[in-house]
Amino acid sequence: MSETEQEFTETLTIPPPEEDLHHPMEQYLRMERLPHIWCSTCGIGTIITAFISGLQKSELDREKVAVVSGIGCSGRAAGYLRLDSFHSTHGRAIPFATGLALGNPDLKVAVISGDGDLVAIGGNHLIHAARRNINMTIVCINNFNYAMTGGQAGPTTPLEANASTAPYGCYEFPFNLPYLAESSGAVYVARWTALHIRRLTNAIAEALLKPGFSFIEVICPCTTLYARRNRLGDGLDLMRFYHDNAIIRHGADTREVDIGFQDRIIVGKFIDKEKPTFLEKRDQYLKSKLGEQFIPYKGPNDGH
Amino acid sequence: MKADPIGVATGSYYIDGDHACAEGAIAAGCRFLAGYPITPSTEVAERVAERFPKVGGMFIQMEDELASMAAVVGASWTGTKSMTVTSGPGFSLMMENLGLGAMMETPCVVVNVQRGGPSTGLPTLTGQADMMQARWGSHGDYEIIALSPNSPQECFDLTITAFNLSEQWRVPVLFMMDECVGHMTEKVVIPEPDEIEVLPRKYYQGDKESYRPFKFNGAADLAPMIKAGDGYFIHITGLTHDERGYPIINAEAQGKNVSHLVDKIRNNVEKISIFEEDCIDDADVVVVSYGISSRVALKAVEDARAKGIKVGTLRLVTVWPFPEGRIQQLAGKVKSFVVPEINMGQIVLEVERAAKGKAKAILVPHAGGWVHDPDDILAAIEEGAA
Ligand SMILES: Cc1ncc(C[n+]2csc(CCOP(=O)(O)OP(=O)(O)O)c2C)c(N)n1
Ligand code: SF4
Ligand SMILES: [Mg+2]
Repeated sequence: MSETEQEFTETLTIPPPEEDLHHPMEQYLRMERLPHIWCSTCGIGTIITAFISGLQKSELDREKVAVVSGIGCSGRAAGYLRLDSFHSTHGRAIPFATGLALGNPDLKVAVISGDGDLVAIGGNHLIHAARRNINMTIVCINNFNYAMTGGQAGPTTPLEANASTAPYGCYEFPFNLPYLAESSGAVYVARWTALHIRRLTNAIAEALLKPGFSFIEVICPCTTLYARRNRLGDGLDLMRFYHDNAIIRHGADTREVDIGFQDRIIVGKFIDKEKPTFLEKRDQYLKSKLGEQFIPYKGPNDGH
Repeated sequence: MKADPIGVATGSYYIDGDHACAEGAIAAGCRFLAGYPITPSTEVAERVAERFPKVGGMFIQMEDELASMAAVVGASWTGTKSMTVTSGPGFSLMMENLGLGAMMETPCVVVNVQRGGPSTGLPTLTGQADMMQARWGSHGDYEIIALSPNSPQECFDLTITAFNLSEQWRVPVLFMMDECVGHMTEKVVIPEPDEIEVLPRKYYQGDKESYRPFKFNGAADLAPMIKAGDGYFIHITGLTHDERGYPIINAEAQGKNVSHLVDKIRNNVEKISIFEEDCIDDADVVVVSYGISSRVALKAVEDARAKGIKVGTLRLVTVWPFPEGRIQQLAGKVKSFVVPEINMGQIVLEVERAAKGKAKAILVPHAGGWVHDPDDILAAIEEGAA
């Protein structure tokens, strides 16, 4: 063994853990499922951390919080969280979550999934759940591509960015997600990046406590595919990019927050407004029409 | 357990199959329906939309059938009996999350009031051409239960059976009506609540740590369920999984998971199957039919008997799982089976497969839009007896 090799091996020798060494988030994670599938320097893990911190901060009873994911790298989130967690089909996380949220109105349902899942194949469900103001929180992990399947272009891939199915660069106009969410009826809309951990945590806590449809877009590095293909550097370079190019502008007009390729990223809390939820509106309306005949849905209920 | 009186509209009615199906669902304890309008099934959703607010149920009209089916699977995990209702084009869209329901072993009922296909086909006219789709429509290997009522009264009674079967076997149950039965108006008697047997969901009772949402033994003792929100922190996925519900991506796990999905039904066909037989004992020919075709066939059977042909009937009430064993037994005794169906030959293939060449299987096809001319069935009976 050469000297440098020896030195290297020595630095790698990790001291035996002390007896009571526990990860502070252990309770919230399915430790038996670790290690997770995400690449090192992928931003999804950071977002999971922010989600758990946000959930803790919200002080919601975690037994009454369910999480649903669709399919994708981001869609694996549900599988690692020690909550009632459901891993549905590609694009259908929101309707699945709608079933949970209406089936048990005491639940707060969070959907954590990717840009392709929520906005392309699931786009119709996104706008309709927002329109109805279903009580749920969406954490949309936007890594500008379809990562799980190998880096194809998606509905948020910026113009000119390269993707495996856009080998000469993307020539389709992308969605501006905060604008889409707001115009569809969301009562809370924010955008942060995987660098803005504290603000993202606060946003998640706030959104979880907000009755109705809340939407948080999180710009997330996909180092293995999107960043490599576009020669954007490694994880640290991406964090530096977010640091230098993210502009915090609370209350910004969502029409103006679209994202270009390697352009500035406007972040902040854009929308926070009051509107009755689907269930509030339904109960109040049916009561006004049916009077004593109306029996509110109390669920879970199998008729017994 | 007896039905909750609040959902049982006891009395004698003159209603169509769609309305009777809605009443059956409410009587069975269904309190969640997510659906999307489509002829000729819409009346089921309409009646539920009117009735649910008065019985404490939750109706939602979704943006499409993909969403409807996904919502139904989600809602079922909250402990509420859940259903959706559609017809051919919507049934196609539901296949994705029907597979999810099968994989997640989630009780729920999917009503398909069949119309003529393919594609938009005959929106207002009858068909029975989704029978193979019911069995094989979603990708991958799984088993399903499907029932086929032949009268409005059965639309009421068997919808309750469908919910009970779905709870018992933790499987989506397909209620394969056809436009004729759905839109046919007849007397329907809704009994007293204490005359209606409903199967409540089997819930786990025990310590939270040792709970397993699945039990892969392919037998009748399936894992009991829990409700989301009860603090079990379950994980349920459409990926291949183990008994904890955790994804495992290898051939061994696939073997256990998929064999279970298939075996829990295949090993229990006798317990699940419901069929009706008449004049079978000395029959040379047996007419095998289901849904509206079973009623049209009766005329042909009468005419054949008047001509001295020994013909019996076997009506499939549950079409899936197919009662292969019974057909096999009969194949050794009879000359032929006659299968009238409003499609170009679907269930006849099962009959033929089960008969293993010991008896002929004669199809009486119909492309849809109307029921058979009984004379066409009679001609097939005569051919089968010759
Ligand atoms: C119906 C269907 N179509 C396609 C796929 C393949 N698929 C799996 S993940 C995925 C894209 C995921 O992209 P995104 O939601 O952005 O998640 P990411 O992997 O980028 O986190 C696709 C197309 C699938 N699983 N199901
Ligand atoms: S492929 Fe991209 S999104 Fe997926 S885990 Fe790796 S870095 Fe993350
Ligand atoms: Mg993505």
